Amino acid sequence: MRYMILIYGDSDVYATQTQEEIQAEFAEYMAFGEEARKRGVSPDVGDALQHPNTATTVRVRDGKTLVTDGPYAETKEMLGGYYILDCKDLDQAIELAALIPGAKNGMIEIRPIVTDYS
Amino acid sequence: MNHPNLHATIEATFQRESRKVIAHLITTYADIELAEDALQDALVEALDHWSRSGIPTNTGGWIMTTAKRKVIDRLRRHRALQKRLPMLVDEDDEIDDEPVEIPDERLRLIFTCCHPALSQEAQIALTLQLLGGISTEAVAKAFLIPLTTMEQRLVRAKRKIRDAGIPYQVPPLHQLQERLEAVLAVIYLIFNAGYTSPKGDKLIQTDLCDEAIRLGRVLCDLLSHQSAIGEHAESLGLLALMLLHHARRDARTDDDGEIIVLEDQNRALWDKPMIDEGITLLDHAITLNQRGTYQIQAAIASLHAQASSAQATDWMQISLLYGALMGLAPSPIVELNRAVALAMARGAECGLEILEPLATDKTLSQYYLYHATCADLYRRGNMPEKAKRAYEQAIALCDNDRERSYLMKRLMHLI
Repeated sequence: MRYMILIYGDSDVYATQTQEEIQAEFAEYMAFGEEARKRGVSPDVGDALQHPNTATTVRVRDGKTLVTDGPYAETKEMLGGYYILDCKDLDQAIELAALIPGAKNGMIEIRPIVTDYS
Repeated sequence: MNHPNLHATIEATFQRESRKVIAHLITTYADIELAEDALQDALVEALDHWSRSGIPTNTGGWIMTTAKRKVIDRLRRHRALQKRLPMLVDEDDEIDDEPVEIPDERLRLIFTCCHPALSQEAQIALTLQLLGGISTEAVAKAFLIPLTTMEQRLVRAKRKIRDAGIPYQVPPLHQLQERLEAVLAVIYLIFNAGYTSPKGDKLIQTDLCDEAIRLGRVLCDLLSHQSAIGEHAESLGLLALMLLHHARRDARTDDDGEIIVLEDQNRALWDKPMIDEGITLLDHAITLNQRGTYQIQAAIASLHAQASSAQATDWMQISLLYGALMGLAPSPIVELNRAVALAMARGAECGLEILEPLATDKTLSQYYLYHATCADLYRRGNMPEKAKRAYEQAIALCDNDRERSYLMKRLMHLI
């Protein structure tokens, strides 16, 4: 089954990270990717996202495209990155999610991907 | 032929026997709703077929084979499900003559029902429905939840198992301890719902206790047959604990359904064979050398069960066991119990030495039983003024009418 793995972190930490910290975290994520591949689950796709203050929202209402800055969530928890993992089952997805560096400070949401539209 | 009695017999037989089949259907097709629907179809056929040709000797085998055919029928009808047809058995299967109890499948299903990705309420409801023999109506009643809420909860949980890919498997060894804890917690919650609920249908409550004990037995048995796991001390400890509590069921209430506290129970009404079984299980669990909270609680219950009266109870040992429980799972309530046991063993002052410093605990100071316990010890220790104040605080915080009237009576004796 394919799962979208959403990585949430603290937006304050994210905004104030030093260059060294960013690099150390990047190395941890590389190690995670390696570990996942070792377990037979190579991340199909996965990226880190820029800070939410770079986000733009688009809506179409009455045929008009409305573009706004944001959204800025009230919570400190922000979406910081994601993976798409093809796992045997939820237990394997949970096991891998627990290895993602972001799980230690933030949290990981596991969402099964719809594959059958019938 | 349309004989209502025969139909009732067939239905009862079917329900009883299909409990052995459902775990196999669910774990084979990995779809709870499909398995349940197929069983429903098989019941319709059984009502027709069995009332004409009689109930077959191997009812389990008949149900298994018929339900499998019904699964295939359903998959054929639903185009969306057709791609799953190849994984199915040959539809020309002869009626199965083998016994249908396959222990491993039931164990797998227990772990699915108690998976941590489901809410604990859903875990309880699923376990009772798929592994127990209790109707959804009875479960809803026992947990004081509207039937529709309970039904929705079950539907959502079953869909999540399917859609999120919750597996039907005994977890690998490195996850087993954690997952087993969840299973034991569910079984114990089912037991407690039957045991401690102050109101409700007495019959349903006894059913829940019996059901929890049955599940506990099944779990111990299934685990002991898994070579990778073997006997599990805490599962045995939980079973012992439930038996030792349930043995007191007839002595716990009077004819009007009022609770009788342990101290005042007629011990002749305790179920001696059940107590013996609990103690034997506990003794065996302890030899496995895996400490745990259920075993400690069972040990406490066994000391009560073996005492001829409250006075003759080994309170010192009980206070030590509560101390051990504090080490593994510290909580103010455990500390409260330790103080009571110590007071029984060594005198009220010794208990109060533990209780008085707890007055600053935020949870405990709002809990009527804390003040009621203090009051009781002040009374025994001949400190009527302090006892009076503590009873007044307890009465102010107590929202159970029966308990409050008991506390009022005590207070009146002091004035």
